[in-house]
Amino acid sequence: MAPNMQPYESALDTNENQPKDDIVAKVAEDDALPAAAGANYVEVNTLSEYISSSISKVKNGDSGILPVLVGLIIIAIIFQSLNSNFLSAGNLVNLLSQGAVYIMLALGEIYALLLGEIDLSIGYVAGVAGIITAQLASAQHNWPWWAAIIVALLVAGAIGAIQGTIITRVGLPSFVVTLAGLLGWQGVMLLILGNGGTLPISSNVLNDLANASITPTAGWIVIIALVAVYAAITLAREFRQRKNSLHHTPASLVYFKIAGAAIAGVVLVLISNANRGVLVPIEGLPWVVLIVIAFVAAWSLLLGRTKYGRYVYAVGGNGEAARRGGVNLAVIKTIAFALASFTAGAAGILYASRLRSVSTSLDGGTLVLYAVAAAVIGGTSLFGGKGKPIHAVLGGIVIAGIDNGMGLLGISAALRLIVTGLVLLAAVVIDALARRGKTTR
Amino acid sequence: MPESQTMANSHELLELYKVSKSFGPVQSLADVDLTIPLAKVTALVGDNGAGKSSLVKCIAGIHSADSGEIVFEGKHIKLKSPRDAADLGIETVYQDLALCDNLDIVQNMFLGRERTRKGLLDEDSMEQSAKETLASLSVTTVRSIRQPVASLSGGQRQAVAVAKAVMWNAKLVIMDEPTAALGVAQTRMVLDLVRRLAERGLGVLIISHNMNDVFEVADRIAVLRLGRMVAQEDVKAFDRQIIVDLMTTGSSTRTAAKANSHGIESKEN
Repeated sequence: MAPNMQPYESALDTNENQPKDDIVAKVAEDDALPAAAGANYVEVNTLSEYISSSISKVKNGDSGILPVLVGLIIIAIIFQSLNSNFLSAGNLVNLLSQGAVYIMLALGEIYALLLGEIDLSIGYVAGVAGIITAQLASAQHNWPWWAAIIVALLVAGAIGAIQGTIITRVGLPSFVVTLAGLLGWQGVMLLILGNGGTLPISSNVLNDLANASITPTAGWIVIIALVAVYAAITLAREFRQRKNSLHHTPASLVYFKIAGAAIAGVVLVLISNANRGVLVPIEGLPWVVLIVIAFVAAWSLLLGRTKYGRYVYAVGGNGEAARRGGVNLAVIKTIAFALASFTAGAAGILYASRLRSVSTSLDGGTLVLYAVAAAVIGGTSLFGGKGKPIHAVLGGIVIAGIDNGMGLLGISAALRLIVTGLVLLAAVVIDALARRGKTTR
Repeated sequence: MPESQTMANSHELLELYKVSKSFGPVQSLADVDLTIPLAKVTALVGDNGAGKSSLVKCIAGIHSADSGEIVFEGKHIKLKSPRDAADLGIETVYQDLALCDNLDIVQNMFLGRERTRKGLLDEDSMEQSAKETLASLSVTTVRSIRQPVASLSGGQRQAVAVAKAVMWNAKLVIMDEPTAALGVAQTRMVLDLVRRLAERGLGVLIISHNMNDVFEVADRIAVLRLGRMVAQEDVKAFDRQIIVDLMTTGSSTRTAAKANSHGIESKEN
């Protein structure tokens, strides 16, 4: 026998149950339980197989959106039982427009989280964008509302690009650079607004973004069109994959998803078309919901179906592998930080629109932490490579739901913060436990 | 130093002549000659610090040699970057495999070279090609081509990394310790895969510490010691003891005749 490396090799072979590193651990796992590791990825053909495979995925730490959906139902039941106004049409619409700012900020934060980075500055970047919009559209400058929005979004994107460039070219941790951004942009806000200052928004269109609704008929038309487009795209893909005998989701699941989208759309329109006014009738789907849907659709397309999106996931999963594949890490990351700030800029405009003003009461520090919390509660990983825009929506609704529900009950802000903190902790603990279950099984 | 022995019926894919490489005062490679024929598995062995990794990096375009010549398919070439090597059809499977755990098999195989249609990823065509490549390598153990790489075993990951290299029309596949982290059954699978690459007509250069693997899979063995090539011969010229002698002292008084019945003499100096 060759004396050189044999002892080492055989030691590795026999010690597989005491994992030395990740790869060895995985091999050991597979050798011991040949059917276990891949079992979640058996080609599923029926809905029931899909459901059981989803459940085992959750058990294995690949949770997806199932836990947060369960959480939402629990929140709804608890608050509805404590205050029957919680699920009323008026409150639900209110909740959606409250949640829109969290959702939009979380949509931005996801770009940083997917890379395994974090962006702490987006709360105050949102504030800066709100100020620019309000300032340019004010009587003093008298810009058209759309031009003010475009400039504000571009400035926000540029801020992100600058921060991203510093992070990637100088090689600094994103935490520190964006912490500097958090402090710096808060300072810029105070400088413009003055101590305790408020900047009112005079443009009606800008105020309507977060406060006005489309007509009930238009709501039906828009939602039916959206559901029809979604159904057509999903069915066409499923049909094509089946024809080319590629990997595809089971037909029953496709129908289930389309039915789910249709029901959600109909419920959304029914709720928002109910009269929620107290003195004068108010009805219809709020503009802000459509704006959020547009951003979610656009970012889902970018992240899920383009080269750029694929590289964001690759960099978050294994930056070195991406680099060897020819991906320019610095460019991908810088664009991601720019997109994060751009999205935050939109959130800031919606925030300003909702309050019809920008003031120094805007707490960008709390906002950005809520954004991170919303993304993580929704199912995005803090460690990079895992997450989708839809997670921001679900997580944002959870945060807004807790805020709103406890507000209805007249619970103090202090308790609300504690509960929100506990929910975030629970989400991370569930995620971590599931992950641990996966590796030590 | 032995002359490289050319098999009459095989074509030389890559030839190195007197390649040297220094890192500061440390001479990592000194006048190394190496021949890698087509359709054969060449094993590169040597003790730690013998220069195996440096040599591989010179071929993969990560380092450029200080002096010496590299001839690929009969043409003199200069390799300045891994991209140059990839363009020529030299693909390297590193020990850490360079796969993204969060992406599925298809996405990993096309990472950095995605196909698009109208600006959007053409998933169907990529999946089709990935499937064909895996099938042509007889990689049948993966359950679904759309499962994330995180859920694969070590051997399956190695197979995906190799398939990724092969899919890009590689002519030479370099593998760095492909079986180091694998169990018995997984090692078997990867060695079979290496043989299939050679049967497809590719040149394969495999670095391994494991003599069992080397003798099982290699057609030729090249032995490095302290940056010098001390022997490169057909596998029949060696046995384990000769390899160990060559790796440690640079010469061996044994002949392979004692170890195997083919009786071909080893020509080490």
